[in-house]
Amino acid sequence: MNQLYDVIIVGGGPAGLSAAYSAWQNGAKKIIVVERDRELGGILQQCIHNGFGLHHFKEELTGPGYAHRCIELIKDKPEIETMVDTMVLDVLDNKTVIAVNPQKGLIKLEGKTVILTMGCRERTRGAIRIPGARPAGVFTAGAAQRMVNMEGFLPGHKIVILGSGDIGLIMARRMSLEGCKVQACLEICPFSNGLTRNIVQCLNDFDIPLYLSHTIVAIHGEKRVTGITVAKVDEKMTPIPGTEFDIECDTVLLSVGLIPENELSNGLNLAMYPLTNGPMVDQHRETSLDGFFAAGNVVHVHDLVDFVSDEAEIAGKYAALKSQGKLSGDMRTVKVAAIDGVRTCVPQKLSLPADMSDEKIKLFMRVGAPHRKVKLQIKSGDNVLLSKPLPVAKPSEMIAVEIPAAKFNLIGDEISVGLVL
Amino acid sequence: MAVETKVMNCIMCPMGCELTVTLEDGKFASCTGNTCPRGAKYAQDEVTAPKRMLTGTIAIEGGLLPLLPVVSATVLPKGKVLECAAYLRGVTIKAPVKAGDVVVPNILGLGVDVLASRSMDLI
Repeated sequence: MNQLYDVIIVGGGPAGLSAAYSAWQNGAKKIIVVERDRELGGILQQCIHNGFGLHHFKEELTGPGYAHRCIELIKDKPEIETMVDTMVLDVLDNKTVIAVNPQKGLIKLEGKTVILTMGCRERTRGAIRIPGARPAGVFTAGAAQRMVNMEGFLPGHKIVILGSGDIGLIMARRMSLEGCKVQACLEICPFSNGLTRNIVQCLNDFDIPLYLSHTIVAIHGEKRVTGITVAKVDEKMTPIPGTEFDIECDTVLLSVGLIPENELSNGLNLAMYPLTNGPMVDQHRETSLDGFFAAGNVVHVHDLVDFVSDEAEIAGKYAALKSQGKLSGDMRTVKVAAIDGVRTCVPQKLSLPADMSDEKIKLFMRVGAPHRKVKLQIKSGDNVLLSKPLPVAKPSEMIAVEIPAAKFNLIGDEISVGLVL
Repeated sequence: MAVETKVMNCIMCPMGCELTVTLEDGKFASCTGNTCPRGAKYAQDEVTAPKRMLTGTIAIEGGLLPLLPVVSATVLPKGKVLECAAYLRGVTIKAPVKAGDVVVPNILGLGVDVLASRSMDLI
């Protein structure tokens, strides 16, 4: 006979693990985390560099170190079950989760609530349409990272990195430390898409040139990559004829963005938010479908795992409360609008109960373009709910703020989140 | 007295504060723009003796994976990072190992231990 879970969590990365721990802390008695990889921890296990955990654990950790902390928090708790090597095939709108693993075959789990924490995946060569031949030696940076850090293979020796996202920058350093030559990092935008600290310690430290406003216009080679042609791009990101030059390499690593992994969410027909490619959520991280929650990179791509954990703890808490019938009653819906330089804001709506004493409203946003010395302002009508000066605001760095509880009474039908220049 | 200023980004955490460092006669005098004490320390080190954390992998036998991720216990001289990484390529240990165990004591005589980033059971 199938047992009824309070909370079923799809994905055992940092979001899933943090959600499980938070659900447990908030009284859920039967929780399961389903993970497709051979162990828990998700992508953190291949992110062997340090810099994780300063916000969440108040300590600087490596990726595996952060995963270890999350795993320690949930293990040996009879209320939390974990299932690895298990692929979720389908999530039904009655909160039944269908999965498969080599030991048990087809598995059917039934839950009172479901938390979606599937993370994200990398954009590939196909997604950015690079012309040229199709030789071996073109990898996504994350695939190369797994090979080098977990499997013990080097994808090549002379490397070019396309895209200045953090994974690409981290891999530039990693390949250099493994004795490879990293020829260049190319970025189509006029600014870097990675954290500044990674430009400094991953490129500058190893004298790797960063070409801004440049992209690959051709990949050369028959069986294996032998080189690329690069061109400068104009403000519309179109290659400028006459600016081409060649770089010799045997490997191209792509760090050209991440896409929330929402195949399962799409099957549920959840309301999606086109700018983040993730489900729309309220401040509890509940999606448009009652009892389905989502958190972490599946909602919107984060740059810091610490914020993933923060968000997942919110989802875990409210899923636990919902499973115990403590999150119900009439809720007032408030739209959250990203305006004036703020490109995206999560949550996209608020569901406010009559009794606000148990509420925390934490917002995560990204700006559309880099700015200096601006002010982030959250307003409802003419009322200012929060005003925060930002010395620097960059698209690559997510901003997290919390609306003070003292201002909850000023929230009308809509709030806006914008920059004041 | 020759006064010189340098602008740099702190790398101690993802905030990446922009630091303005003042040097007097080539020596560190002051730092502005940091939002925590780690930034001031970083700026001082960076203009005198730059240091970096080292992360990498070593070979492990008998574990779930062929590689064990490792991290230096503290920062070490930036100029020695590549040499340390090359040294780690020749190191092999046996499972089991616990997160935080010293796997390479006093790497290259620099006075810094290298620790296991994660646990790995013997399987």
